[in-house]
Amino acid sequence: MVNLADYKEMIIGSRVIEPGNSEKFRTGDWRSQVPVIDKSICISCLSCWIDCPDNCIVVDEDGLVDVKTTHCKGCGICSQVCPKDAITMKEDIA
Amino acid sequence: MSSKVGTDIAINGDGAVALAWKQINPDVVAAYPITPQTIIVEDFSKYVANGEVDTEFIDVESEHSALTLCSTSSSAGARTFTATASQGLAYMWEMLPITAAMRVPVMMAVANRTVSGPININNDHGDVMSARDTGWLSIFAENVQEAYDMSIIGPRIAEHHEVQLPILVNLDGFILTHAIERMTPLDTQHVRDFVGEFKPLYPLLDTDHPVTHNLMDGPLFYFPHKYQMVVAMNKALDVAREVFAEFAKISGREYHMVEEYRCDDADYIAIVLGSSFGTMKQAVDNLRDEGMKVGVAMPRVYRPWPADEIAALCKGKKAVIVMDRHLSIGAYGPMFPEVCASIAVNGKMPEMYNFIYGLGGADTMVSDFMSVYKTVEAGKANTINYLGVKE
Ligand code: SF4
Ligand code: SF4
Repeated sequence: MVNLADYKEMIIGSRVIEPGNSEKFRTGDWRSQVPVIDKSICISCLSCWIDCPDNCIVVDEDGLVDVKTTHCKGCGICSQVCPKDAITMKEDIA
Repeated sequence: MSSKVGTDIAINGDGAVALAWKQINPDVVAAYPITPQTIIVEDFSKYVANGEVDTEFIDVESEHSALTLCSTSSSAGARTFTATASQGLAYMWEMLPITAAMRVPVMMAVANRTVSGPININNDHGDVMSARDTGWLSIFAENVQEAYDMSIIGPRIAEHHEVQLPILVNLDGFILTHAIERMTPLDTQHVRDFVGEFKPLYPLLDTDHPVTHNLMDGPLFYFPHKYQMVVAMNKALDVAREVFAEFAKISGREYHMVEEYRCDDADYIAIVLGSSFGTMKQAVDNLRDEGMKVGVAMPRVYRPWPADEIAALCKGKKAVIVMDRHLSIGAYGPMFPEVCASIAVNGKMPEMYNFIYGLGGADTMVSDFMSVYKTVEAGKANTINYLGVKE
C-alpha cells in the first residue's frame, strides 16, 4: 500500500503554522544518487562546500569534508566542481 | 423590541443578494461586472459609496484577479464575497480549486448563465456545473426570497470551523436576477447576529502567530489534503441541516437538504435545480388535478451531494426523472449519474430518465414540464431526452 501522510495530523489548507520547519523537510528522500568522497585525493579546497545548494557538505575541525545526507538531493554539483575528481556519484540504495 | 422580520419589499434577485451583503457588511468585496450578475456589484458599490457599509470594495481588471484577491484576502482574515457568472466563472476556473484547497470560506454569488459558445448570455447551469468538482460548496435558490436567504445562510456553512470551504450561491440568470418579486427581508441586526463575527483559522494578519499559506504539496501530502476536503464536505451536510434549522427560527422559513413537493405518494418524481422547481410545482399541481401521481424535488445543497436523502426520496418510485439544465456532451446531464449512483448503492433501481432542458435560456413552460411526466408515463421516454430538440 502507498504510504501517505495521516490527514488527521495535517493542518488544513496546506498551511505551515510553525516558522522555520523546512529544516525538518528531508529533501534527501528524493535522491537516487549519493556523493562519495575519496578523502585520500581530497585537498580540502572547499569548492564542494561553497557550491552545494543544500549546505550538505560539512567540514570537521581538521578541515576535512564529509556529506550530511538528510538534505542531499543527489544533484551531483559537488562532483562536477571538485578539481581533483575526489567525488563520485554512486547509486543510493539505502 | 425590534421585529426579526422586516417589511415586504419588491426587489430583483441581484438586488436581494446585494441587500443581504449590505446587512452582513463583509470586510472585502472584489468583483468584475458580468451580466447577469452586474446588478449585485452595482447595488453593492452604491452602499459602499453612501457609507452604508464599511466594506473594502475592490475593482479588479478581471475575474481571475477577483478570485485571486478573494482567496488571499480571506487568507488574511477578512470575510470576503464576490459574484460572477458564465464566462466570468470560467475565467476564474484556475483559482477555483486553489481557493478551495486553501480552505478559505469565500462566498460567491453565481448568476447562472450558459457558457458560450455559440455566444449566448441566457440562463442554464453550464457555468456552475463546470465548477462542481473544484471543492466548493454549492447551494441553489428557487426564487428571489431564497437568493436572499441563501446569501445569509451561505457564510454560516462555509465558515464553520470544521468546514472551511468556499461556497457558490446559485440564482438563475435573468429568471431570478432581473425579475422583481415580493420578498420579506430580515431585520439587519438579526442578520448580523445570525451570521456573526468572522473567526478565521490561522489568518495571515495574525502577526503574533506567523503562518505560511498555500504551500506546495508533494505526493505524500496532496492526496491526504484532498481527503481532508472530503471530510469537510461530509461535515457540511450536518452543518447545513443545523444552519437551516437555526435560520427557520429567525425567519419562519424552513429549508432542507432536498426540498420535496408532493413526493410522498407519487409514482413519478422529477428532480430539478433552481427556479424550474417553482415551474415544475405548477406542472405537478396540474397533473395531480388530472389524477396523475407525480411529485418534484430540488437538491437545495448540490455540493456536498445529499446522496442519502436522494436515495430515500427515490425509494419505491415507479420512475425518477432527472432534469438537467446542462449537458455533458457525449455523456448525460451532470446530475443524472449522481442520482443513479445514489439510488444504486442504496437499493433497487426504479426506471431512470434524464431530460436535458432549457439550454442557453430556451423557454421551459409549465406545459413543457407536464409533457415530461406524460412522456415517461406513456413509456415513450428514452434514457436521455433533449426537451424540445427535433431529433
Ligand atoms: S550531490 Fe548536490 S546536494 Fe548532494 S552534496 Fe553534492 S552538491 Fe550537495
Ligand atoms: S571540491 Fe573536491 S577537493 Fe575540494 S574539498 Fe570538495 S572533495 Fe575535496
